Amino acid sequence: MAIFLLRRLAQGLFIVWLTTTLTFFLIHAAPGEPFAGLLDDPRTTPEMRAAWRERYGLDRPLIEQYGRFLTSIASGNFGTSFTHQRPVVDVLGDAVPRTLLLMGTALVLGFALGIALGAFQGSRQGGWFDRLTGGSAVLVASLPDFWLAMLALLLFAGSWLPIQGFITPTLDPSAPFGRRALDVLRHLVLPAGTLALLVAATVSRYQRASLMDVLPNAWVRTARAKGVGERAVVFRHALRNALLPIITYGGLAVPALLGGAVFIEVTFAWPGMGSLAVQAVGDRDYPLVLAIVMLSSALVILGAAAADLAHAAADPRQRA
Amino acid sequence: MPNATPGSLVAFADAAPAPLAPWAPGRLLALLRSDPAVSIAGLALLLIAVAALLAPWIAPFDPALTLDVSAGAQPPSATHWLGTDQLSRDLLSRLLYGARISLGISLLAVTVAVIVGTAWGAVAGYAGGWVDTLMMHVVNAGLAIPRILLLLGIVALWGGLSMSSLVLLLGLTSWFGVSRFVRAEVRATRNRDFATAARATGGSPFRVLVRHVLPHALTPMLVAATLGVGQVIVIEAGLSFLGFGVAPPDVSWGTLIRDGRDVLGTAWWMSAFPGLALATTVLAVNVLHDRLRSALGGQQLHDP
Repeated sequence: MAIFLLRRLAQGLFIVWLTTTLTFFLIHAAPGEPFAGLLDDPRTTPEMRAAWRERYGLDRPLIEQYGRFLTSIASGNFGTSFTHQRPVVDVLGDAVPRTLLLMGTALVLGFALGIALGAFQGSRQGGWFDRLTGGSAVLVASLPDFWLAMLALLLFAGSWLPIQGFITPTLDPSAPFGRRALDVLRHLVLPAGTLALLVAATVSRYQRASLMDVLPNAWVRTARAKGVGERAVVFRHALRNALLPIITYGGLAVPALLGGAVFIEVTFAWPGMGSLAVQAVGDRDYPLVLAIVMLSSALVILGAAAADLAHAAADPRQRA
Repeated sequence: MPNATPGSLVAFADAAPAPLAPWAPGRLLALLRSDPAVSIAGLALLLIAVAALLAPWIAPFDPALTLDVSAGAQPPSATHWLGTDQLSRDLLSRLLYGARISLGISLLAVTVAVIVGTAWGAVAGYAGGWVDTLMMHVVNAGLAIPRILLLLGIVALWGGLSMSSLVLLLGLTSWFGVSRFVRAEVRATRNRDFATAARATGGSPFRVLVRHVLPHALTPMLVAATLGVGQVIVIEAGLSFLGFGVAPPDVSWGTLIRDGRDVLGTAWWMSAFPGLALATTVLAVNVLHDRLRSALGGQQLHDP
């Protein structure tokens, strides 16, 4: 087990290094200049630009920049964001928890709903519930997430639910924690709900298919023959085994969730990593873009590793 | 394919693609024809494709023509079936022209992805050993970056992309999944008797691969291609929605949705109809992909 974990860790580090290096050279090969936001300012003189380039080491040969980049990252320094004029770690420290809150909520809600839906569909295959919700799931899964988010905006505009932002801007920052948390939760409903709906649509299809795979097994027939009720056969015996592939899917859903979060965050003005990525890319904020790419590919790999571990933990056959 | 696609979380957990049945066009068509969902999806796609092709002849207005700017965005009416935008341009005409770009880009990009992915997967699967390991590491790295972030980075940094570079870019970031399908198929086929026989009679590796092994990978290529079209349409729309994709004066469905984003409350039709067109197309492609896959004996579980 330890060797397996170490191997996964080494593979993961290698892939993070590969993606980061790829991004580093892509960014630096791009014909545009950094500091796009500041360059648009007509008062920016060529001297100022040269000074900035020197300050951030952008006037050095590329290979030297790459070497410095690697050594500073190895010592935990991700540089200073060009646009925010703050250490990248601080900028991400604000944004990432919000994205994790959004993704985590969507993941939990989406999986709960998707597993329940898929299990009921699979237990009554071909029935009206199966056909109705199955059809809706395919439909929802085909909707572009930014469009679904816009529909939600349209639907809930003017309702009691806030449609933009993370917290009410006029809320007193010294308000009691409970009140602030409640305010954030209200802001979370729409973005997390939209993302959860998309997750649930996909999960329910997987869950249904997985249950269909399990039901023809001999031990299911045995349970029935023993006189176990149909409900218990499906929900206690079969569902447990049918959950295995779904657990794996949970870890593999990370890239889709991250991608989805970009659009959901932009549409609902949720100030997380997705919004930050779009802004950083627009402003050519090299250090910030690189850190975001690194962090998200690390998240993807962690997700895949977690999927493996969870699968091994849930399936006794894999422990031997 | 484990890829972040902006619209569809549908398709990505193919941990180990199951080998599919060999290429059998007749059986395929017969199976597809007997399924009403496929007929409807096929018909819808055909209609959309024909409308896109005929856009210059059937569009009621010039898509760039501003008719009466002072009137602002007009709701759907008898003259403007889908309404107009703030600059009083006819939305139906823009939608039809947008279809050309949206569909054209994704079809071309998927062609690029299938060619690159097939070549990569075929070489990796046929060579085996450390070459295979290394090449698949690259694929895993490609799959580990959320695709939309990677694209955002490249598109925004390289700025002002021409249509052909956009196609190339979308294609070159979409082949990772295809290569895994093809590799799995090539590995399953390369040591079967006919391949060994072809090698024994003096066939060069290239010849054995192209003439004897790859034809068996046509099925996964086709399945991957249908999947890819649905994904790439949404990705292109997503990029354009964020303002980094198709640049004016060209319009795609994504840019149309973006145009309507800030006037959602007052002119819902501006983003609703392009979104509906996008959703219909993706749904139809996904249904086709789903049925194709199950008709060909692939595991349902990997792509619901």
